[in-house]
This record gives sequence, C-alpha cells and structure tokens, in this order.
Amino acid sequence: MRAEAKLGLALLLTPLLMWLSLLIFIPHVDVFLVSLRERVGVGQYQISFANYLTFFQEPLYLWTFLRTAVMSSLATVMTLIIAFPVSYYIAKMIKGRAQSALFLLCLVPFWVSELVRTFGWMILLRETGVISNVLQYLGLVDGPVEMLYNDGAIMIGLVYTSMLFMVVPLVTTLESLPDEVIEAGYDLGGNGISVLREIIVPHAMPGIVSGCIVVFMLSLGNYLTPTMLGGKESLWFTELIYSQFIVRFNWELGAAFGFMLLILSSAIVWGMLKLTGQSLEKTMG
Amino acid sequence: MTADLECIDLEKRFGDTTAVDRVSFSVPQGSFFSILGPSGCGKTTIMRMIAGFLDPSDGDILIKGKSVLDVAPNKRPVNMVFQHLALFPMMNIADNIGYGLRRAGMGKAEISRKVDEALDRIGLPGIGARKVDELSGGQKQRVAIARCMVLEPDVLLLDEPLGALDLKLRERMKVELKALQSAFDTTFVYITHDQSEALVMSDNIAVMNEGRFEQVGTARDLYYRPDTAFVAGFVGDSNRWRGRVTKLDGQNLELQSDTGMPLRGAIQGRTLNLGDVADVFVRPEAIKIAHAKDDLSHFDNQLSGKVTSLLFNGAASRVIVATDTGHGEVEVNLPQSGEFADLVKGSDVHIGWGSDHGNCFAAEAS
Amino acid sequence: MTKQSFAISAAVTVALMGGATVANADTLRLLTWGGYAPEDVVAKFEAETGHTVKVTKSNNEEMIAKLRATGGGGFDLAQPSQDRIAGPQEEFGIYKPMDMSKIDMSLFIPSMLEATKGNTTVGGDVYGVPHVWGTSGLVVDTANAGMVKDYTDLCGADVAGKVSYRLKRPTLIGFAFSMGLDPFAAYGDEAAYTDIMSQVEAKLIECKPGVKTYWGGGDELMGLLRSGEVVASMAWDTGGWKLNDDNADITFVAPAAGALGWVDTFVLPAKGKADDAAYAWINFVMQPEVAAMITAAAGNFTASDGAAEFADDALKAKYQASFPQEAIDNIKWYPPVPAGLEAIEGGVLDRVKAAN
Repeated sequence: MRAEAKLGLALLLTPLLMWLSLLIFIPHVDVFLVSLRERVGVGQYQISFANYLTFFQEPLYLWTFLRTAVMSSLATVMTLIIAFPVSYYIAKMIKGRAQSALFLLCLVPFWVSELVRTFGWMILLRETGVISNVLQYLGLVDGPVEMLYNDGAIMIGLVYTSMLFMVVPLVTTLESLPDEVIEAGYDLGGNGISVLREIIVPHAMPGIVSGCIVVFMLSLGNYLTPTMLGGKESLWFTELIYSQFIVRFNWELGAAFGFMLLILSSAIVWGMLKLTGQSLEKTMG
Repeated sequence: MTADLECIDLEKRFGDTTAVDRVSFSVPQGSFFSILGPSGCGKTTIMRMIAGFLDPSDGDILIKGKSVLDVAPNKRPVNMVFQHLALFPMMNIADNIGYGLRRAGMGKAEISRKVDEALDRIGLPGIGARKVDELSGGQKQRVAIARCMVLEPDVLLLDEPLGALDLKLRERMKVELKALQSAFDTTFVYITHDQSEALVMSDNIAVMNEGRFEQVGTARDLYYRPDTAFVAGFVGDSNRWRGRVTKLDGQNLELQSDTGMPLRGAIQGRTLNLGDVADVFVRPEAIKIAHAKDDLSHFDNQLSGKVTSLLFNGAASRVIVATDTGHGEVEVNLPQSGEFADLVKGSDVHIGWGSDHGNCFAAEAS
Repeated sequence: MTKQSFAISAAVTVALMGGATVANADTLRLLTWGGYAPEDVVAKFEAETGHTVKVTKSNNEEMIAKLRATGGGGFDLAQPSQDRIAGPQEEFGIYKPMDMSKIDMSLFIPSMLEATKGNTTVGGDVYGVPHVWGTSGLVVDTANAGMVKDYTDLCGADVAGKVSYRLKRPTLIGFAFSMGLDPFAAYGDEAAYTDIMSQVEAKLIECKPGVKTYWGGGDELMGLLRSGEVVASMAWDTGGWKLNDDNADITFVAPAAGALGWVDTFVLPAKGKADDAAYAWINFVMQPEVAAMITAAAGNFTASDGAAEFADDALKAKYQASFPQEAIDNIKWYPPVPAGLEAIEGGVLDRVKAAN
C-alpha cells in the first residue's frame, strides 16, 4: 500500500518536475554555461567570467540596466495609481452586469497583439497623429506636436500594456474585503483618506504586491514597447540582449546580460518585498 | 427627559417598493430596544438609516433631540456592531479598539489607557497584541462592542451580531450582551429575526413586518397580548386554526374551523362580526392534557384524541394529538410532573383549554 | 508492460518517426526574405515538382541566429546576403558546400555568379549562389529636401529634425564612404577599421540632435516618409520606388559616395534534409519568367540572365532614373564581413544610441 502511494505521488509529480526541469531549469543552466564562455579566436572558446566583467566595466550597460529598472519601477507605480481607483470601482462600487462589462473592457485591448496595440499608440501620438491634430484643431497649439519617440511615450505604452495585470489581482483582493468592514471604518469616525490608508490599502496589500511584481517584471522584460515608442536615447536592457544575440552574434555576452537581468530583477523584487514588510508566501497565499 | 433616539414617520423607498413605511418610535436613554422581524421586513434599512449609510426618503431621525439627517456617518454619535462584526483583520485587537479614538485625534497615551480600560471592562485584559483571527467567536463579539463603546456613543446599533455564532455560545452571549448593556448604561438598538434574542434581552421590542411596525411593547405584551395576527404567529409557537364565527358573546366567541372543529376563543377588545373569517391562536403551553375527561371539565374547549408523535425536548417536550373527530392535529406541552412519562404513540388522551387563551383575529383577506 | 512489449513499441515509434522524416524530404523549408517566395511562384513550383514549400520570412541577422541555434538545422535552404556567409561559416559552420553540378549555371548572369562564388568560398568550397540584388542609399522628398545628395547631408541644418536612419551597420559604412574613408579596404585590419569607426561615431553623435528617430522596421520608415514627418532617410531602393507610386516627389537617390550594393544568395544549411528540393527550387526560380515574378513581388532585380526583359517597364524606368550609368559604376558592393567586426561596430552603435 505504501509503495503504491509512493508510486502514485511520483506519477503525479513527474509532469511538474519535467516541466520545471525541461522548460525552466535546463535552459537557465544552458544560458549560464554559455555566459561563461569567452571567445578567444575563430570558433575557439575558454571558460571565464570575462562577459560578466564586461557588464560591470562598461558604464553603458550598467547605466542601461539602471535606466530600465528605474523606468520600470516608475511605470509600476503609475500603473498602480491608475489601476487602484479603477479596480476599487469595479470591485466595490458596481454590481452584476455592469461589473462584468467593465472588467471585460479592461480585457479588450488584449484581444489584439502587442504589436497592434503599440502601433495604435504610434498613430495617436505621432506628429501628424490624432492627438496632435485635435490639439491644433482646438487651437490649443500653434503647430504639430511630437509626442512619440520619448520616454513619456514609453511610459504610456508600458502602463497601458500592464493595466490588466494590476487590475486583476487588485479586483480579486478588493472583492474579498467585506463592505461592512469599510462601513465600520466610516462608522467609527474615519474619513475617505483614513479608511483608504488604514483599511483598504492594508487589506489590498497582497494584491498590490503581486500586481506590482508582475507589472515590474513585465515592464523590465518588455521589448516591443520601448523600442517602438522610445526615442533616440531610449535604450532598454532587453534591446541590449536582443542585439547581442541577434545582431552581434555575441551569444556569450547576451547570455551574461540575460543572467544579470534575472539576478538583478530578482534582487530588486526581494528588496522591495523586504522594504514593504511583505513576504512572497503572504502575497501568493 | 428626551429620548436618546427618536424616529418620526421614517420612510424609505427603493424605486416602487417601500422598504420602510412611516415608522415612528422612540428609545429612552439606557434602554435595550429591539426590532424583530423576518428577513426582508425592512429592519436593516432602518438601522442603516440611523447609522447614516442610507438617506431616508421621508421623516426625521433625532438623537438626543437633534436631527442627524445632515450629519455624515463618521460624525454621528451612533456606532454600529455589524452582522459579521467587521473587525479590521489587518490590525491587532488594541488597534481595532483604538481606531475610533485615533480618528478622533486622541493622544497615544490616552488611547492605550482607554483601550486597556475597555479590555478590562469586557473581561479580556491583556489581549491587545493579539490578532483578530486568534480570538474565539465570543471574544470577537465583545471586542466589536468594546470598539464602539470606547467612543461613548449615544446609541449603539447592533445588526444581528449573534447570527454567526453557534447555538450554545449564542445563548451565553444573550446574557452577556444584556449585562454589557447595563454596565455601559448605553442605549442599544438591536435588530434580529430571532425572537428569543429579542425576548430575552430587550426592554422594548418592535415587531416589524413588510416595512411597518406591527406592535411595540415589552416581551410580555407581545407574547401574551399580541395586537395582530402576525405578532401572534411570529412571536412564540402557536396552534393556529382558521374558521368562521358562529356565535358572539361579549368578549368570547364560538367558531367553526375550516376542518369542522368547534372552537371557543376571545377577541380581547377587537371587533369581529358573526360570519367573519377569523384566525385563532392557542399556545401549546395553554393547553392542558389529561388521562380522564373529567379533569378538564372546567375548560370550555375539550377534545379527545390519540398521540401521533412525541417530541421530547427536555423541559419543552411536546406531543402532537390527532383529534378523534378527525378534525386536525393539536400541539400540546407536556407538564413536567412526570405524570405523562408513560405516554406512547397511540395513547388515548384528553386535552382542553380556556377560551381566553384562544386569541382571535380577523383573518387577512388573502 | 513487459520488457519485450516495451522494446517493440519503442521500435515501432522509432520506425514511425524515421518514416516521417523520409516523407518530409519532399518538403522544402525555406528561410528567406519577404517577397522572395511569392505565393504564385510557390504554387507553380509545387505543381511542377510535387514538392511542398514552407516559407519562413526573416532577415540576415535572424537567419544566422536561427541557424546557429540549431547548428544549421531546421531549414533546407536559406538566403543570407553574400557578405554574411564566409564569416559565420568559419565561426559556426552552419552551411554546407554547394554541388555546382546540380545547378543550371546558364540561368545566371555570369559576372554576378562568379563574384558571389568568389565571396562565398571558404576552404576551396563554394557555399553560395546569387539570387536577388539591390542597393541601399537615400530616400528623399525632393520637394522639401532636394539638397540631400549624400549620407552626410542628413546632418544638414536645412533638414534638422526631419531625417531618419537606422542604427545598423549600413549606416556606419555609408557615413564612412561619405566622409571620404574606405571601410571595405580596412576590413582585414582591425586597428584601421576601429579608427574609421571612431570617426564615424563622432560624426553620428554630432548629427544626433537633428535626427527625428532611428527607424527600426520598414513599415515604420514608410509611415514616417509618407506622413511627411521625415523628408530624407537612409533606406533601400525598393522602399523609395514604392513611395514614389504614392508621391511623385519622393524617390530613391543614389548617394554621391555610392549606393551600397548587396546580393542575397542561396545557401544550404549544414543539416538541411531536402537538398534535391533545394536545388530544384534554385533552378526553378532562376528561370527568367519566374525571376520576373519575384522582381514584381520584391521590387528588386535578380541575378537571372534575361529576366530583365520580363520585368515591369515602370520599375525599369524608376531604376534608370535613380541609377545613371556613373551611379551604377559607383555602387559599393559589400565584401564578405570577417568574423569579429560586429563587436567593433556594436560598441559604436551602443555609444551613439546612449549619447546625449
């Protein structure tokens, strides 16, 4: 009987372990091994940390990573600020059909590919685009305004792409907050701000944290939006990785970059969790 | 002395439906007032209007003689204990109780002194640092009350707070709530659909049905002198028959039930005419049971029958008797004397009651 | 399951998979550029030979990256530019030599075939034959930016804020020629090449404020030029000619320093499994009538001898307008890129992008 139970457990775990090892673990090990190779001649390689050294010694790479991390954090905060009232409205202020309809509305942009969404923003923001023309028509500006090809455009694109991933966990946690707890907050003398600060936000914290982690990682790993909407200086770390792998044929450095992205972004998320006094278990549980 | 809480012609309409229909009542200082009614009768709507979460369509709410209609819920001298208590799970017990004081801008030292005092008062000293989910149901109950009472409200509203507790705890909390109320000497307004909660704790009870108050009075009034058929049926258990009035004799009358059983009852000052359809309510404990017919000779309602079931429930044990004439079944309380301990299914018994225990009401036109 | 039955089923599985591979030999997995395998050509080829064609569209860098990832597997025929064959072959060994006896050499323009063979020879083996050729240079809105005649003219004050180019190696090469340098001559000399590139880097950083944006894809560039947000840009000849259909002012201009000429080739990936189908495809598309169909779809001319007769007259006219005889003579054909140059260029491009 015990042996059978063990076999059953093994059979149950096999697909999971296969999935973990084949799709996650082995590729990462492979990337790590590639990152340790240094090209010494045509088709000749030796093991060294030269690629990692390059990352730390070239200010451009570090600066690009920093820029990517800071802008991703900013995008995360902005997404949170915009998504929170939206989620609160969906979770608490409306019921029934209107609720599902609004939730669905948040989902609609995801029925088209990211490329199409980004093109949509390009049509809106460009110098000869919709917004520029409307502003001119209204007489608010004298000439065409260029809103594309700068960091602001990247921000808009990132926030837009990330919205759903913030709204879903927020709506879920906010829905689990009983109305009467909020009412109790008011009944005992709280006003809107203090109820938000002391009751709603602490309750929604797991949703906020998991939403922020997802949005931060998605922004950090985004490629299309920063390259298409960004301006002449808008380097994004994933762009560096792509160009090392594809344009420069330098897989070794690209792999090292990829690994640094994994380590540094994990470190940032860990630091943020510590800073806000949250733990991953609490957030996921 | 002005009442702590007074509602005048309070009305609330949601679209076409009237949830609360011109309700007026006043609650004197320091008393325990209950609103008792089935779910959907409008009692929660009244409570939410008093707390300020809903605006009345019409009428006025006065607290200590002053209208509070223009006062926001967080400024009203009224606090509420919610159905599921609504303790803040993200705070510990001390922060829960101190929440309202913090909002009022009280100093830290004084808050912690008041919180400790409140914890002492509810008999749970030293639990301030605990988390909400570490407490038992009864402890949470007391914390929820303490959280309101530290604010020294003029009126404390309680929205079926015992509903979520198990039966044993509910029985104990009834007594405890009453004790807390007299200890704090605050006006409690309590809403419930559970008549025993209302009967045990309240000084005054309003029985509510379909948006209206049917009767306001003490537990004793409601039980023994119901004003309406609804109150008679809703408060306590009753045998209920419907029939047509066949004879009127002052306060007493005779009627023939729909199943053909002759019954005698009393109208207690209400008006009924010959030939009217009426409902008769007789409490099981008003009906006497006997082995011999002669023992019941002084009752003007007498029936013979067979026991069809025995419902043993300790002091509240009952039997159901099917009349020999085949006119129906009667629920009767068993005396505690032990005299009827040998009763079995199928035993022949005689039952009887006085006509003044048969409360008669004109039947609703349904 | 017993041991024997397991062994049998395993053998059956292997046999089935082996069978599948044999059946797949008739499928030609073609890794190519957009427009090089138009549907009508594919349909005609499948009808005539019975092979089926699976087309994957890509570009030079991705083609090489894909083949490198699989060690030259996954495709039966690829079409990188001729300058990107020798270097990657030496470094990664992702191609296999061409069997010239299986190719109908009479279909090719002899001079182009010889040049490509020379450029793609590694260790005595020929790895590529030419297919489509074209140039990159300038696309100019002549009404608004008639003064732009050379790559460095893109830095002019008259067109500041209204020009665009890619941050890719053609820009580096074009600017170098325009600055009077010869990067191709320095291909074999890393120090000299680094020196040229650092001069180009300085020039590009100096020009940066006047650039509207560095374009990334053909569609984006088309949008910029069509809307008038950009009046002059580095681009391919076909892009200019396409825009010329919509707006007669916009056209391709061969820069004074010379247009950059490229030749896309046919190569056999090292682990290709359908060589016969691949040779059949090469011999099929090099027929003049078929080559003309490809020219109509891609907008570029092919190395097919005699195909020009079948080409569209409007396209020929545009070509002649953009390329007077001296411009044709001045085309700078990309020589094979030695392995390792990309690292030097990559550093330059990164620094230009990061510069403020």
